[in-house]
Amino acid sequence: MRRIRRVHVLVAVLAAALCVPALGAGGGSGLPTKIGKGEGSLNVIEWPAYADKSFANAFVQQTGCKIHRKDAGSSNQMVALMRTGGGGGGGQYDLVSASGDASLRLILGGDVQPVNINLIPSWKNFVSVFKSPAHNTVKGVHYGVSVQWGPNTLIYNTKKVKPAPTSWSALYSSKYKGKITVPNNPIQIADAALYLMKSKPSLGITDPYELNKSQFDAAVSLLKQQKKLLKRYWNYAADEITSIANGDVTIGATWPYQTLALQAKNVPVKEIIPSEGATGWADTWMLAKKAPHPNCAYLWMKYVTTPKVEAKQALVFGETPVNPKACPFMNKIEAGSCAKYHLNQPLSYYKRIHFWKTPVADCGNGSKDCMDYNAWQKAWAQITG
Amino acid sequence: MAVDAVRAGSPLVGARRRLSAALWRRRWLKAALLLAPPLAAFIFVYLAALVSLFVSSFWSVDAFTGKLVHNWTLQNFHDLLHSNGTYLRIAARTIGIAAAVTITDALLAFPLAYFMARLAGQRARGLLFVLVLLPLWSSYLVRIYAWQTILSHNGALNWSLNRIGLPDANLAYTNWAMWIVFSYVWLPFMIIPVYAAVERIPDSLIEASGDLGARGWRTFRSVVLPLALPGVVAGSIFTFSLTLGDFITPLLVGGKSSSFIGNVVEDFIGINGNVPFSAAFATVPVLVMAVYLLIARKLGAFEAL
Repeated sequence: MRRIRRVHVLVAVLAAALCVPALGAGGGSGLPTKIGKGEGSLNVIEWPAYADKSFANAFVQQTGCKIHRKDAGSSNQMVALMRTGGGGGGGQYDLVSASGDASLRLILGGDVQPVNINLIPSWKNFVSVFKSPAHNTVKGVHYGVSVQWGPNTLIYNTKKVKPAPTSWSALYSSKYKGKITVPNNPIQIADAALYLMKSKPSLGITDPYELNKSQFDAAVSLLKQQKKLLKRYWNYAADEITSIANGDVTIGATWPYQTLALQAKNVPVKEIIPSEGATGWADTWMLAKKAPHPNCAYLWMKYVTTPKVEAKQALVFGETPVNPKACPFMNKIEAGSCAKYHLNQPLSYYKRIHFWKTPVADCGNGSKDCMDYNAWQKAWAQITG
Repeated sequence: MAVDAVRAGSPLVGARRRLSAALWRRRWLKAALLLAPPLAAFIFVYLAALVSLFVSSFWSVDAFTGKLVHNWTLQNFHDLLHSNGTYLRIAARTIGIAAAVTITDALLAFPLAYFMARLAGQRARGLLFVLVLLPLWSSYLVRIYAWQTILSHNGALNWSLNRIGLPDANLAYTNWAMWIVFSYVWLPFMIIPVYAAVERIPDSLIEASGDLGARGWRTFRSVVLPLALPGVVAGSIFTFSLTLGDFITPLLVGGKSSSFIGNVVEDFIGINGNVPFSAAFATVPVLVMAVYLLIARKLGAFEAL
């Protein structure tokens, strides 16, 4: 009996030692109050190049946190990866660079944990819309730190599409029938809603992610009409690049990443943010619930939001930092790039960008009659099926 | 026993002898020991996966958190049947294209297999074998991407058509493209069993048919075809089931209406972690294959494998 009890105590002590991270535990909130020494390893689920060696190697040298990358091709894959092995990153992953269409799902699913934003010094310099955005901050609790963002733009082949389009209506008109591509992602319903917001004000859409039944049905029926005009839905960025480079597609919805890649290949393409505005993605480094290396994770969130690193990452991937102090560093690497990526724009500019967020039933207006993500996904399956 | 061991010089050798004697006396034990590892693997890996798939198709997912809810429900099957026919359409498309690919491969494979088995010389046969199997050495993905390039607007196909004065074919990202790519990718899996079946037809039967006055076509129809049919059916099991379960080809060369059952399964698991609905849909190919294999067995395909 005695022996068994001693073993029990030992196990309990060991378990407790493993559970309490080396971070200093905070008062009642349970949040860490300082970042401890790195654990020597950091496992991330990332968009390709989000922990690119060109700026990550210096971090590895500084902190000794060796980075193990798992590239994801889509938001859905990210969520799936975070949920394997019992969720919360399965005790394997520390961080995920989730976009706004995935971040709320991870929060509601209990796959990520709150972070102490005061441990990220650059945070107070962020453009205000990225400090506590709805897609990563719930009831004042931060579940990660914003890192970069970009708009979902309209791309077109300048030789084949004339006159140059100015409105999203180009993707809904039969003029380019059989030459159009849009992403295969339920969040596309928001793009249709954004277009309807301006073209059919009678529907009363105010937020493309908060749609009641009739607004939702209007968007879905618009997308069903659009399907007849499409060449294909693209699944991966590389798919779209191939289709446009090979001439199968001449106009479509895209990210700046593809546009830059195509321009680098000398394909005559241009991209615009149409008159209606655009949807946009904003990415957040989120801390997995079962992160095995929380110190390295905090060190990374701190490092990756510093102005110099923000600038480097923005130009590697083709996106915009959330930290405006990155502007001079961007211009140092590539003259004029701060303006090119709209980092010098006033706050009013961000009003035109509707950032991805996971649709939920609670629209925030007291009533809970909005269509949730489940409904979005089912409708999307029916549109594309 | 102890005496045995001493006589053998070592306890180890004695134990081995006793074991072999015991096994000799009990044949069933030997068989059981031999079969235990593969049987265990079969039961735990294969059957357990199938059963858990089937069971989870009666569960659901909490829309809010994405967590599994372990309450028995038929909702998934109801949704499959009542969603404006979306999933029935996708199932019909999957099965239809799998059938079209199978027929195409059978038609393409038969003459080649016949030539290889009965007409070609030793060297030509060896060479043809290498050519048939050569594509399998390269990655399946690479071959699909190659077809993407061939069929694309600026690709080799349209270029060739334009050279001989024909208009563009515009096959890229259509169901036609899927049909072509599937037929190409799975063709070797049809040729090999058909070859094996044709090769096994005794020359004497074909000679006898000729002696009885049958011309070439009649001999083919009444002698060669019936005897080779099990081979064709065996090959069709591969082409049909491989197409039925694929989701990469629709993703890469398919068009705006090219989703397969596999794509829906992938989407539902990937987007919502909705394993139950995916499991419910995945029972469709399992049922289709069960029926298919029963028919194939009736046609003698398993003797030809």
